[in-house]
Amino acid sequence: MSTEHEMRAASPLLVAAGIAVVASVAVTAESWQRASIDQLGFIPYAFALFIAVGEVLRIALPGSRQSAPLASAGAIAFALLPAFPLRPSSLGFLPLHYEWPLVVTVVTLGSVLGAFPGAIVGRGMHLDELARRVLTTMLAAAVFRPWIGTLLPSKNEIGWRLALAMTAAAVLAASADAVLAASVRSSQARSPFRTALVDEFRALVGISSAIAATGVLIALAAPKMGYVALPVFAVPLLLTQFSFRRYATIEATYLQTIRSLAKVTEVGGYTETGHSRRVSILSKAIAREMGISERDIKDLDYAALMHDIGQLSLTDPIPGGATTMVAPVDQRRIAELGAEVIRQAGVLDRAALIVERQADPYRPYRGPQDDSLPLESRIIKVVNAYDDLVGASLESDRKLRAIERLQLGIDREYDPDVVDTLSRIIERQSEFAY
Amino acid sequence: MPSMPVGARLYVALVSALGVLVVLVGMRELGSIPAGWVTALTLAALVVLARYASSPLSRSAAIDISVGQPVGIASVLLLGTAGAPFVMAAAAFAPGPGSERWYARLFNFGMSAIQAWLASLAYAAVGGVTLSSAQSYEPMQVLIPGLVATFVLEVVNGLLMVGIIALTQRVSPLRIWHGTLAQSALPMFIYSIFGLLLAVVWSFVGPISAVLVLAPLMVARWVFAEFALRQEAYEATMRSLIKSVETKDLYTRGHSERVSRASVLIGRRAGMREDRVSSLRYAGMLHDVGKLGVPTSVLQKAGRLTDDEYEAIQQHTVRGREIVKDLEFLGEAIEGILLHHERIDGRGYPMGKVGAEIPEFARIIAVADAFDSMTTTRSYRGARSIEDAFEELRRCKGSQFDPVMVEALIEAIGVEGWDASDTLPAVPPTPGDGVPTMASDDDDPTVADRLGLPSAAPADASELTDPYDDALGQPVGGDHP
Repeated sequence: MSTEHEMRAASPLLVAAGIAVVASVAVTAESWQRASIDQLGFIPYAFALFIAVGEVLRIALPGSRQSAPLASAGAIAFALLPAFPLRPSSLGFLPLHYEWPLVVTVVTLGSVLGAFPGAIVGRGMHLDELARRVLTTMLAAAVFRPWIGTLLPSKNEIGWRLALAMTAAAVLAASADAVLAASVRSSQARSPFRTALVDEFRALVGISSAIAATGVLIALAAPKMGYVALPVFAVPLLLTQFSFRRYATIEATYLQTIRSLAKVTEVGGYTETGHSRRVSILSKAIAREMGISERDIKDLDYAALMHDIGQLSLTDPIPGGATTMVAPVDQRRIAELGAEVIRQAGVLDRAALIVERQADPYRPYRGPQDDSLPLESRIIKVVNAYDDLVGASLESDRKLRAIERLQLGIDREYDPDVVDTLSRIIERQSEFAY
Repeated sequence: MPSMPVGARLYVALVSALGVLVVLVGMRELGSIPAGWVTALTLAALVVLARYASSPLSRSAAIDISVGQPVGIASVLLLGTAGAPFVMAAAAFAPGPGSERWYARLFNFGMSAIQAWLASLAYAAVGGVTLSSAQSYEPMQVLIPGLVATFVLEVVNGLLMVGIIALTQRVSPLRIWHGTLAQSALPMFIYSIFGLLLAVVWSFVGPISAVLVLAPLMVARWVFAEFALRQEAYEATMRSLIKSVETKDLYTRGHSERVSRASVLIGRRAGMREDRVSSLRYAGMLHDVGKLGVPTSVLQKAGRLTDDEYEAIQQHTVRGREIVKDLEFLGEAIEGILLHHERIDGRGYPMGKVGAEIPEFARIIAVADAFDSMTTTRSYRGARSIEDAFEELRRCKGSQFDPVMVEALIEAIGVEGWDASDTLPAVPPTPGDGVPTMASDDDDPTVADRLGLPSAAPADASELTDPYDDALGQPVGGDHP
């Protein structure tokens, strides 16, 4: 949560979670006095500890997401835990009938405890994610726990009915998590909710199903195995977590490399310093507001960073690097040369296509409108022209004049929707801090 | 079975027959296990499904994750000799690529069945309980025997495979054994854990456990596949962007790639750790990336360059550093790129560093760079022979090059050979054009000396306080106090 705007976008979620926590702690404290929780012994503490450890082992997911898979799995497991072994274990197990307030209390306790070390070293608390965890586990517990008595067949058998109900509750919680995450994202990035929801499902389906499965497994195995179930079933999830971390690392390195190599045009004096970076940032902001999915934005990002790479094939740099100032034929040629370089990689075909069409007019002077012109190319065309006019300047006067000039080219050169979105973003510039 | 030796044919027949036997004998007992047939059929279906769904991960993936293997291990724990051979042998019936030939399928069937049978025997022998029929058990009655069973499974698999490979391809059995078993130790451990978990949870709740236990494994497998794809994409992108440097000068085609290869040869020979060698590989690939920033008109200019133009070319080292400086994974390579035109006598550029002040990476790239530019065709001359290049490197060692790195390159090429060819067709030298273009000369020690290039540092290195030999920790000889 880097900006005030992003903070504000998550605030309804935080308030809801806060209310849930306060209510739960009050209820739990009260039932403690009535000693109805005493029979649980060490169990809540064990789960809180597990959640705390999981929180410490938090990982980054692709797309600037964060996740603490072990902590979330522990939370789900505690929400669903139906019973625990009696001592000695030959007596079978003891059904547990605690309600959602205790679940919320334990999850909050563990999460905050685990987030504390990170907050001290400045990693941030990831409050919105903690709030999501509290609310979704509360949902799972509230839906599932009343049924434990009915579904438990006997004192030493779990049965598939209970397993199925648990799985359903875990899937429900995971879906609710995606919906909450999408609503926060969509108001943070001002993107349409539908796009955000699809993005979120796509990004979370892998890790969330592993989390849900692990949570259910722990809850299923604990009645027989006791505390041993916690570390034992953490092993598979750790493997998953490890593979995600490696993936996120290479993803970040990839972007970093393209960013660096895209700088060659600037270092060589072909374009102004920071041009490709600024075009990338602004293009992404426009794309989000226009409802382009995260997957496509990635290609747009690569294309925006490398949109001027065709200039390298020019024998001498264009003065100031401003491609807007050269003849349309040459603009087209630069775009094609750039696309050729990018296409050689064999894996960036979409980005190459975007770069190739970046110089095409929105509506040609002769002939019908070309429907195959990608929206991403139209965005880069507008932003590139805008940045050629404004550069690194921070004067709002200059920015507004640039927009006016672009608006003159609407209907022919530039896509009016893109220019509108750009002008809205520029007007908000005071808030704009990506 | 076309063109198979008689020994191999007998071997396949024997293994298959034995496999069919253990499956049939086991199936007779399956009825006596509670829900034995249901469990066996479900597990067998899972194995077939897993085999069918698992296309091999990309070729560069270091780890492949098999989903069928844990199911097989679980079948040993759940059903023992009665069901495990049946379950594991079912994989041979999976449709899909690979063992399409009927005798290969037959052999796989037999091998899987024997493996499962022996592993089940071992499991029971060390006190493991068959989970499907057990009322209650202690964790230790599953854990240790389970690990033993996995071990037996792998060993038997290895032995049977070694047998067939040795009989058909006439390779020494010991060599095959060494290659396969050493690599499979860690995956084997992970599979056994998953197999144990699957069997235990299965005994509580039945088939739904398969979904729950295998989900994290499937997700991990999927992410690994994505990772491998990304890694390939990554290398490909880097390569193609580097090629775009080389399009600016036709005579340097494949240069970065070869310098990278030569640098790796030197690094390994000089006893570098593998992670540094890998960083060195990138350094070699990117060493001229700064040339992207030099105007093409200067790079391709034929004839003598003006001082300004020469300076523009010299700038490529600084520009290269500027471009790659944010790439954290490059580490030492960044300095190597900046300083690869330094000379150990201090007459190089951009800083005029002397001897050991020049980092190892830069000293290596300097040698590799010069070697490749001498042994490839340039606009003003054909390629020189490797021997000529060695002689030239030896002549310049101590003044331009680090003697250790020069010798390392010569030794390494002596052992491993050198392929200067390029995938792209070579450009023939332009006849009659005796005047070198600057870009190519810059790396070529013979030309650099002939032209008497300007240098920022003092010409006489012997006056400097940092005598090269001492600084590099060279054996200087007995006369040194």
